[in-house]
Amino acid sequence: MFQKILSRSPLYNAFFGPRLPEPGTIFLVQKRVYILPTRAGLLFAMALAVMLIGSINYNLSLGYLLTFLLASMALVAILHTFRNLVHLHISPGRVDPVFAGEVAWFELFVENRSGYERCSIALWHHGKATQCDVASGRGSTVSIPVAAQMRGWLAPGRITVDTRFPIGLLRAWSYIQPDMRCIVYPRPYDGRLPLPEPSAGSGEKRVAGGGSDDFAGLRPYQASDSPRHINWKAVARGQGLQTKVFSGRAAAELWLAWDQLPADLDLESKLSRLTRWVLSADQDGLRYGLRLPGLELAPDAGEPHRLACLRALALYDL
Amino acid sequence: MISNPSIPLRHLFWLLAGLALVAAPHMPRLPWWINLIALIVLAWRVYLALAERALPGKWLLTLFVAGGVFGVYLAYRTIFGRDAGVALLVLFLSLKLLELRQPRDAIVLVLLGYVLALTNFFYSQTLPTAGLMLASVLANSATLVNLAAPTRTLRANLKTAGLLLAQAGPVMLILFFLFPRVQGPLWGLPQDAYSGVTGLSDSMSPGLISRLSQSDAIAFRVKFQQDAPARRQLYWRGPVFWQFDGRTWRPGELRPFGEISFESASPPYEYEVTLEPHNHNWLFALELASKVPPNARVTTDYTLISRTPVRNRMRYDMRSYTNFTTGAADDADELKPGLQLPQGFNPRARRLAQEWATSIATDAAIAQRALAYFREQEFVYTLEPPLLGRDSVDEFLFGSKRGFCEHYASSFVFLMRAAGVPARVVTGYQGGDINPVDGYMMVRQSDAHAWAEVWLQGRGWVRFDPTAAASPVRLESGVAAAVPATDPLPLMARTTLIWLREARHNWDALANKWNQLVLGYNPERQREFLTRAGMSEPSWENMALTLFWGVGGLLALLTAWLLRRMRTTDPVQRLWLRFCAKLGRRGSPRAAHEGPADFVARAAERHPGEAARIRAIGERYIALRYGVRADPRMLAELRALVREFSV
Repeated sequence: MFQKILSRSPLYNAFFGPRLPEPGTIFLVQKRVYILPTRAGLLFAMALAVMLIGSINYNLSLGYLLTFLLASMALVAILHTFRNLVHLHISPGRVDPVFAGEVAWFELFVENRSGYERCSIALWHHGKATQCDVASGRGSTVSIPVAAQMRGWLAPGRITVDTRFPIGLLRAWSYIQPDMRCIVYPRPYDGRLPLPEPSAGSGEKRVAGGGSDDFAGLRPYQASDSPRHINWKAVARGQGLQTKVFSGRAAAELWLAWDQLPADLDLESKLSRLTRWVLSADQDGLRYGLRLPGLELAPDAGEPHRLACLRALALYDL
Repeated sequence: MISNPSIPLRHLFWLLAGLALVAAPHMPRLPWWINLIALIVLAWRVYLALAERALPGKWLLTLFVAGGVFGVYLAYRTIFGRDAGVALLVLFLSLKLLELRQPRDAIVLVLLGYVLALTNFFYSQTLPTAGLMLASVLANSATLVNLAAPTRTLRANLKTAGLLLAQAGPVMLILFFLFPRVQGPLWGLPQDAYSGVTGLSDSMSPGLISRLSQSDAIAFRVKFQQDAPARRQLYWRGPVFWQFDGRTWRPGELRPFGEISFESASPPYEYEVTLEPHNHNWLFALELASKVPPNARVTTDYTLISRTPVRNRMRYDMRSYTNFTTGAADDADELKPGLQLPQGFNPRARRLAQEWATSIATDAAIAQRALAYFREQEFVYTLEPPLLGRDSVDEFLFGSKRGFCEHYASSFVFLMRAAGVPARVVTGYQGGDINPVDGYMMVRQSDAHAWAEVWLQGRGWVRFDPTAAASPVRLESGVAAAVPATDPLPLMARTTLIWLREARHNWDALANKWNQLVLGYNPERQREFLTRAGMSEPSWENMALTLFWGVGGLLALLTAWLLRRMRTTDPVQRLWLRFCAKLGRRGSPRAAHEGPADFVARAAERHPGEAARIRAIGERYIALRYGVRADPRMLAELRALVREFSV
């Protein structure tokens, strides 16, 4: 509750606001762990005040005792809550590339090198919490979901690590900004988009309807497949849409080029379509090259090439 | 992974159990319909949880709350005050169960549970109540832990709650003893604040004391500085009654406050009285008190009157002479109320008294004659006297002849007055048992007694106990031995089982310790305690300062103890970090990206004099940390190297 109010204050942000990411393992030293009562904690304090006044008014010795017992429990809990968070080691883990519009999962490794158990450690990012418990001398991998909205590099930014253990009346928290980033590929165009014709200049030209190409097999139909390659006989037998694959096509050289797209499309739309082409071409097992203004990737096939192309598209003109 | 806002079933049941523990002692004191609502709601909530059904809507709850508040108003004629407040709290707590959806609601319930636990102390502050409430605090705190760590086992959470409370204990004691105490109340207490305490009342009618005698409750405890007086001398003086209306004795006109003046030949008894609250102003002391406690005064009929009603257990030091002559001057104004009698009551008793008055010469002889009458006639001392009609004295003296001390005292004083001898009724307690465990004398409500005082020329007011004349055993052995075996006495008063008696003595001694140390700790006790502990001037500033340092010191100790396990557990890593820190202080800190081999190489280059040692440490660290099989001796070597290392 405090944090919501505080985060609007410029002074607060000057101290606790965004910083540069920290490389390597982050160690939560004492001075970067803060602690304040939660809303329930304030309610608890109010209840204690009522109990104290009642005890004074009715001269209840046991009332004093009970009030002081609860107050002492809260005092002791400050130490326990603080201790539950402090001296944790948090290291960045792996993060897989995603397409824009998907969720990137940032893995963090929370390590407890101290001699006691840590319970209910929550990592907050944009109002969403991920919880973990870490036994003594163990570690726990936590995946933090971050919505990837735009292509390019995505950093998780500031993550709040907090805990309310043991009694929920106090909250200890710390801000971390691990040095990790995730590459976000452009969102693939999801309309109907056939692949461009292979270019004439180099390699073999694909002959419509087959001819010299060898039939290589069948695979499930995809939206970008040419209707000419649909196995219509199988459709007639009620086996669903299947596409014929010709080995000759693998040798065909396909250029996925910027200037093949209509000139009136904006940058992101063009990248989005190119991404779809890359995916389709890779799926079809084609050799393809990517040509962007000022950047050219020679035709190739396979996973490394696909990733190189997607990366080029993700980072183009950033 | 994302936290689930609903409450697991086992945590819900644990919460309900903790709350039931707090509410249970209130049940006998609450109106039946509140108990019924609480039980129904509890059962309903359990059913809804088990059947995974939705909770009732808001409008139904609002209806219940409004109806409940109205019902409480009807039952108590107020919604404020102690009893009505407790009833409302129980009601709200039960109805909140129907709104228990999220952990947040559960926390509110736990907090209400804590407050309700405190309200139990309005009615009882005994050790068993304290124990029960401690258990409830443990259960409710475990619920807080459950809510904070929903994935852990109940057992682990209960252990955590217990650990927290155990560590809170010392801090609580410091707060308890040092928190500057204020004498309450802070404002006027509600009317019902002190209802339901037992004790002598401000009037005496037949049956009142015999009813009181069936209570086993302790009236007060006494600690004598020397040997206690003989049992027959243990007359604990309470309110004195002058005015009789044929049935009930009342104090009559307010006696003026005065000085204590009497003569005594024997040395006094010094003792300390711990008086249980009885909601009246009088204080009890052995006849006759020669000392007035602070905040109290003494009347001319030797009654000690506190300025405020005794609503908390209080302690006072006393000095008394059991062998005394009041020898006050013959003051007609003072004696006149001692002759008052209602007209037209008890004609036979009047005739008998007048007969004595004419045939017997001295007042003392008349009184002795009356005692002899009680001794010679077949009087029975019983807790269950028959009901008496309009002429109660006549019926008792000449008819039933069965009565308790108030019948004897009342009849005796009536006879004296009818014979023209000034007399008055004194109530209080007679007797007391020493608890062999702690040496405290316990005076119970069952020791309540009434006797008479007669004005004798030249001697002043002299005590006459007609009950003793009729039943000498009452004085020697107490009421249990004196009354017929069929009379209803508190079970424990008559027990002949030795082990039971011993157990009872031990328990009483423990309860007394509890009362003296914990319950009796008030502003005065606090000042005394702190002065004895060496605080020269226990002002609230000094207390607050000591409190601050005390609690702060304790928490610092606890922090140190808790941080002890905060260190890295891996000894190899710890030694390596220490080595890095040593080098860091000499201006070559390890960079975050630097592995141990790189760091060692750089440091050795920078500190050529120590290069060999730095390399030795680096080699051992790398072998221990990354090697296939670590040699335990190597760890010892590393430890020695790091310890001796300095640049």
